[in-house]
Amino acid sequence: MKKKADVVVIGGGVNGCAITYNLAKKGMDVALIEKNYLSSGATGCCGAGIRQQWSTKENVELAIKSVKIFEKLSNELGQDIELRQGGYLIIIHNKKDMEQAKENVKMQKSLGLNVDILQSNKLLDIVPILDINGMKAIGATFCPTDGHANPFKTTFAYAKAAKSFGASIYTHTKVTGIQTENNSIKEVITDNGKIKTNIVVNAAGVWSNQIAGMVGINLPNKPYRKEIMATERYKPIFDSMVISFRDGIYFSQQKEGQIVGGIPIPEEISGYYTMPTISFLKHMSKTLTSYAPCLKHVNLLRHWTGFYDVTPDARPILGKVEKINGFIQCNGFSGHGFMLCPMVTKILTDYIADNKSTQILEKLNLERFKGKKFDKEVYVVG
Amino acid sequence: MKKIVCRCEDITEEDVIKAIDEGYTDLEELRKKLRIGMGPCQGRVCIQLVMRILEKYTGKKLSKKSYPNPRPPIIPVSLGTLASDKYEKKG
Repeated sequence: MKKKADVVVIGGGVNGCAITYNLAKKGMDVALIEKNYLSSGATGCCGAGIRQQWSTKENVELAIKSVKIFEKLSNELGQDIELRQGGYLIIIHNKKDMEQAKENVKMQKSLGLNVDILQSNKLLDIVPILDINGMKAIGATFCPTDGHANPFKTTFAYAKAAKSFGASIYTHTKVTGIQTENNSIKEVITDNGKIKTNIVVNAAGVWSNQIAGMVGINLPNKPYRKEIMATERYKPIFDSMVISFRDGIYFSQQKEGQIVGGIPIPEEISGYYTMPTISFLKHMSKTLTSYAPCLKHVNLLRHWTGFYDVTPDARPILGKVEKINGFIQCNGFSGHGFMLCPMVTKILTDYIADNKSTQILEKLNLERFKGKKFDKEVYVVG
Repeated sequence: MKKIVCRCEDITEEDVIKAIDEGYTDLEELRKKLRIGMGPCQGRVCIQLVMRILEKYTGKKLSKKSYPNPRPPIIPVSLGTLASDKYEKKG
């Protein structure tokens, strides 16, 4: 293991690998430490969706810019990340949701997003297997440039490209402590050696709180078990992701043909739980077959769990913290780490390498939770 | 002649060796790259073969713990069956 680095990134998910790539590309000497294998946390369990339709401005802006990067990413990294832009169809069930949707669409359009409200008779043009009555839909919003990419391949592609710019990646290596001096980062201690550095990026997902605890910082993030299922493969039927904020459901058909989707279980509690539940299987199959009755003949193959790293406002925690110099946060994505990753890691890189701050970075830092009021992202599913 | 390792996903021995050469030397990373063990058999056919190839090419012995988690419902079950409440009423 190397003895020193400009930056040590903790966490080998898509965000850890992407920031390692972006920093290494700027010529910085970067080491990434991952306790398991690359994409072993939330990234490896994720639903693969990329969405730009949000209720808060910062998320819409980050997502629009992330999609612009995703569109060129296969070329940039030299590996196919399997991006497909089939859109996101967000089902609207009642008048109140319609009012909120109208407001959000207006805000999203003002930021340059191509998004529209559709009447219920148009939904089948986009996803022909839907049952309008079964899901009690009165309409939907649709953004055609939303879509999917392969989270594993994106992570591996970022890691490979990072290595080509000289970054060192240590998997199966655990961070056991972080040494500070006069409130500044000095050294990262692992079970396989020590690395001297002045900057640590905390991209450890649901384990970020433990990492922050090593330097005496308390993050408000809480881990939530999330469940997701995949069916057998079928011929391509629909391109768009379908989601509903009322039911919390999301489902889509992946490149290989399997239908992948999730829904929160009613009795959900916070904690490091990893066991899949029967409750999920029942809840998911019932809701999914009410949205698309023909799927009742489709076999479910597998169902697994992952984590959402959830903050009080369901938005990520980014950038510096007041107490410790050089301790940079890149966590708390609340289920949206994959889709926001390209732009988030870019603005963090600009901050670390060039000391350039942005309004978004100022708004999404840890200190925002000190105030009693903060904008909450309400467009969350799964 | 092709040697099929994973029947669900049509993965050959050659595909596995190529991925190992590209740096995917962790069983889980190989699984996520090639989708081995993600089909209907959930690795019952392929995983042991892939582990053997991986051990041969990396010279590292894999522990039994590295075997990927089997995912419920283990055998394919239709969404209609899962959504039905009938079996509950029977007790």
